[in-house]
Amino acid sequence: MSAQLPMLLELLLSVLIVFGAALVLIGSIGLIKLPDFFTRLHAPTKATTLGMGSLLIASLIFTSFVTGDLHVQQLLITLFLFITAPIAAHMLAKTALHMRIQTVERTANADLQKAARERTAPQPAIDSASPDQ
Amino acid sequence: MLMTALYIAFALIAVALLLNVISLARGPSIPDRVLSLDTLYINSIALIIVYGIAESSTIHFEAALLIAMLGFVSTAALCKYMVRGDIIE
Repeated sequence: MSAQLPMLLELLLSVLIVFGAALVLIGSIGLIKLPDFFTRLHAPTKATTLGMGSLLIASLIFTSFVTGDLHVQQLLITLFLFITAPIAAHMLAKTALHMRIQTVERTANADLQKAARERTAPQPAIDSASPDQ
Repeated sequence: MLMTALYIAFALIAVALLLNVISLARGPSIPDRVLSLDTLYINSIALIIVYGIAESSTIHFEAALLIAMLGFVSTAALCKYMVRGDIIE
C-alpha cells in the first residue's frame, strides 16, 4: 500500500469492500442453512453475485485511481459473472428437477414440478412446403 | 482505514470459503455439491480481487477471469452430464 488516497475515496472503497465481503459471507451462510436444494439455490446466485459486483466496482475504482487510467478488466469480470450466474442457476435447477430432488413440504405449486420435468425444448417447425428445400 | 477494511474482508471471505467446504462435504445430493463448488470458485475470485487491491497490482485479474470462465464451463459440463448422461453428444 503505497498509494495516498483522498479521505472520501478511501471511505467509499472501505464501505464497498466490507459490504461486498459481508454479502459473500451471507450467500455462503444461506447455502449451509436453508432447508432444501431449491431454496439453497437462491443464496449463492443472488447475494454472492451482488457482493462480487460491489467488490469488483471497488477494485475498478482503486486500480483506475492508482494507475491513472481506466481499467476495464474488472468490468469484464463483473459482466461475465452477471451473465453466467443466472445461466448456471437455471442449469442446476433443471438438473435438480431431472434428478427428482425432494422439496420442503410448504413449496408452493408443487404439482407444477411434474409439468416442468416433462417439458421438452421447443422443436423447430419443419415446413415441408417451403420453396427452398 | 482501507487496510482495516481489507483485513475484515479477508476474514469474512475466508469464513465463507470454510462454510462452502463444509457444505461441499455435507451436501446430501450431487446438485448440492455442484452448487457448493460453484459458490466456492466465485468466493475464490472474491478473495483474489481483495488480494489484488491489497497488493495494488493488476496481475491477479487475469487469474480471476480465468477462474470465472473455467468455473462456469465446468458447472455447465457437470449439469449437462447429470441431465443427459453425456457431455458432448
